[in-house]
Amino acid sequence: MGGAHRAVTGLRVALLLLIGAPVGLGAGLTALAALGWQPGLGGDLSLAGFAQALALPGIGRSLWLTLLTGLGATLIALALSVPLSGWLIGRAGAARVLAPLLAVPHAALALGLAFLLAPSGWIARLLAMPLGWSVPPAWPLPGDPWGGALIVGLVLKEVPFLLLVTLAAAAPRDIAAEMAVGRSLGYAPGRVWARLIWPQLYPALRLPLFITLSFALSVVDMALILGPSHPPTLVVQILRLLMAPDLALRVPASALALVLLGLIAGVVALWIGAERGVASLGRHMVRAGRRGRAWPGCAAAGAALGAGLPLLALAGLALWSVAGRWTFPQLWPEGPSLARWGRVDWSVLGTTLGLGVVVTALALALAVAVLEAEDRARRPLRIGALIVLPLLLPQIGFLQGLTSGFLVLGLPPGPGAVIWAELLFVFPYVLLALAGPWRALDPAHLRAAAGLGAGPWRVLGRIKLPLLQRPLMAAAAIGFAVSAAQYLAVLLPGAGRVAVLATEAVTLSSGADRRLAAVYGLLLALLPLLGFAAALVVPDWQARDRRGAGDGA
Amino acid sequence: MRLLLAALLLGASPALADWSDTLAEARGQTVYWHAWGGDPRTNDFIAWASTQTEARYGVTIEQVKLTDTAEAVARVLAEQAAGQDTGGAVDLIWINGPNFLAMKEAGLLHGPFVADLPNARFVDLGPDAPASVDFTVPVEGYESPWRLAKFVFAHDAARAPEVPATMAGFVDWAAAHPGRMTHPNPANFMGASFLKQALVELAPDPAVLAQPVTDAAFAAQTAPLWAWYDALRPNLWRQGTAFPENESVQAQLLADGEVDVAMFFDPAAPAALIEQGILPDTVRVFTPEAGSIGNISFVAIPFNAAHRAGAEVVADFLLDPATQAHMQDVTVLGSYSVLDPARLDADAQALFDALPSAPALPALADLGPTLPEPHASWMTRLTAEWAARTAP
Repeated sequence: MGGAHRAVTGLRVALLLLIGAPVGLGAGLTALAALGWQPGLGGDLSLAGFAQALALPGIGRSLWLTLLTGLGATLIALALSVPLSGWLIGRAGAARVLAPLLAVPHAALALGLAFLLAPSGWIARLLAMPLGWSVPPAWPLPGDPWGGALIVGLVLKEVPFLLLVTLAAAAPRDIAAEMAVGRSLGYAPGRVWARLIWPQLYPALRLPLFITLSFALSVVDMALILGPSHPPTLVVQILRLLMAPDLALRVPASALALVLLGLIAGVVALWIGAERGVASLGRHMVRAGRRGRAWPGCAAAGAALGAGLPLLALAGLALWSVAGRWTFPQLWPEGPSLARWGRVDWSVLGTTLGLGVVVTALALALAVAVLEAEDRARRPLRIGALIVLPLLLPQIGFLQGLTSGFLVLGLPPGPGAVIWAELLFVFPYVLLALAGPWRALDPAHLRAAAGLGAGPWRVLGRIKLPLLQRPLMAAAAIGFAVSAAQYLAVLLPGAGRVAVLATEAVTLSSGADRRLAAVYGLLLALLPLLGFAAALVVPDWQARDRRGAGDGA
Repeated sequence: MRLLLAALLLGASPALADWSDTLAEARGQTVYWHAWGGDPRTNDFIAWASTQTEARYGVTIEQVKLTDTAEAVARVLAEQAAGQDTGGAVDLIWINGPNFLAMKEAGLLHGPFVADLPNARFVDLGPDAPASVDFTVPVEGYESPWRLAKFVFAHDAARAPEVPATMAGFVDWAAAHPGRMTHPNPANFMGASFLKQALVELAPDPAVLAQPVTDAAFAAQTAPLWAWYDALRPNLWRQGTAFPENESVQAQLLADGEVDVAMFFDPAAPAALIEQGILPDTVRVFTPEAGSIGNISFVAIPFNAAHRAGAEVVADFLLDPATQAHMQDVTVLGSYSVLDPARLDADAQALFDALPSAPALPALADLGPTLPEPHASWMTRLTAEWAARTAP
């Protein structure tokens, strides 16, 4: 027992150093930089950076745009997720469709969506023929000054995430029975879900919602591709200042990062305040007792649009990647031409793959260590805040500080720094994905093994891990997808020396060759999907193998 | 015996001996060349250069693709701030203008090194030569030229056959073709160049632009520019409320048919983009009748570069007449050579004479005079003033 306690303590310290310390160091150095002090440069502490930041041209509109796109996208996604999750709940295999949809990195989806929505995109080309357009229409997409394209992109990514967490929250309940009770009271099925069942799931959705909110308010790659540019959202403005040659501009950049942090905290506080109002309104509506009518087509149409638009965006990427000349208003390109595929720097794919494998392996090992330590100590490790912190804080609020902190500590920008930075975001998802199945392991198996004299290591190696092969693979696929999607966690700690598909795709999105950008975007989209496919296929294949061996014996 | 002779010969020429030391030191090094990565053909050219330098000198080039050169400057500044005086991440930077000024003023550059490069003998390094002045800032051997830049417009001659003859003429042109013209965001080098091109034409006294900017000079010289811009802006693409991020995005807009005009700092860029199937083959180059601003792109080596010798070898390779001729080939890069034709021997000249031509490729002589860039301080002020004037 004492050994187990020591191990738990050691693990907590290790996690604190691995996950907590970098976030704390990065956030601390960002705060100091906001006040005018930078490592190596020094400087006097003052609030001048905030004054300078808030005097930037268009900064007020940047703040407003950030609020509009971040809060707007999350509210729309939440509103869509309620009926959609109700529609999905009875459908087997829904999660199998959602997970790959969720796995498509933001940058890839944004690129595909930009191609689709642009005045010369597929939608406009479809309309051009009947409407007789010879030049593209003058609609301001993507990059519209109201952030509409960015909101669409964010919603498409957030809805699958919210659906997955809703389904996960509903999993332990007997939804069919609850539905039957609700319907016997005369409610339409949609109302039973939205007014009776979903509100009971909501407490489990709060944290994922706050993570979604924070992400939407601080998203970088998608905002660079789909968002407004003049002025841009706050986080793009911060990135521009960080990348400027004048090092003094890091002070207002860091100040803006703190402003962003304050904005996120304010929005979350507002949200918590609004929850009470909405809840009492909901109770009032339930008491009013209107039963509603069934609208069977609506949710299906919404689901088709939600899944169809990303698929169309990816199809557009695929087509552009092999397109020859493709002038407006032709619906199809000349070609096919494989010229751009010949220009791909395959080492970028290798780097993305390599980083993903290393980070995922580290995250899996850590997650298994945490869960096993909890089993042995028979108590939870209480590391919730540590895990959630990197997901709740805006990345730009601590990654720049972390990069300069790494440099001072002797870890130069490069693959090592990127691996560590990515681990901060990959580990929480891997742990969350693995924790449920791990804790759901039938204790009878474990007791039986222990009864036969197996030590804890043998139980872990021979019983737990083999039984958990599928969840382990699924967690690995999620971790890999999170790694492949990282943009800022590569750009800043990698200092441009580490090129991955996400950074290349974003860079090429501001180049003249849409076809090459499409090639990288497509590769970026496909890589995590291959990870998910492997997670589905490998355990089946191994199970068949094992059965084969058993038959022979 | 032969070794002794070689040693004697080398000893007679200290510069050459130094260079052989540089070559020896460079062998086996990987040079991290931080270069804007938005142009795939430039990226391909750098990859080609790497195969050449590896075969010849055992030096490989790793291009660090930037979205903005300022990223590399920021990196070196951060290293200096952290006290990292050796082993820096950046070995070579594609640089010019304000970024060069910023690095030179902050003492972030290695040099002077250009005169020591053997191939520098093909370059006119006289005090007033284009390769000696970067945005009116004396180069003083702290950066080595590698490609020629001259501001040009491109238009789709099929959709918009008529083009303005002067910068002032763009106001009427845009009024007649609303929404069909734009310029990159002046936060980007290319967008700022558009404003400078207009400033050089519209300023009451262009000579003042060669001096560092003052408040009074800025107010006096830019007043006609802002009047012109205020008249132009409502008829720009998206009513002048959004701007393409850089010239590549604008080229994509031209290819998509969203606008009729693009601009480049490379007269051969449209021909190259046609060649790749990106721009329609009806695109042609034009410049204002009074001429257009021009400058030379350079490479510089940070003071703390980890692979300084390798970086010098790459800078020298870029000045090789064979490299410059390869670069000028429109099927490769199509950038005009920075070498002085008068200094080339017959063999080197023949390399240039043998290059292919293209309908959209203008002869250098057709592009009009090259106007001097304003002092780099003007660009910073122009960009800031534009941002303040156009902020919603």
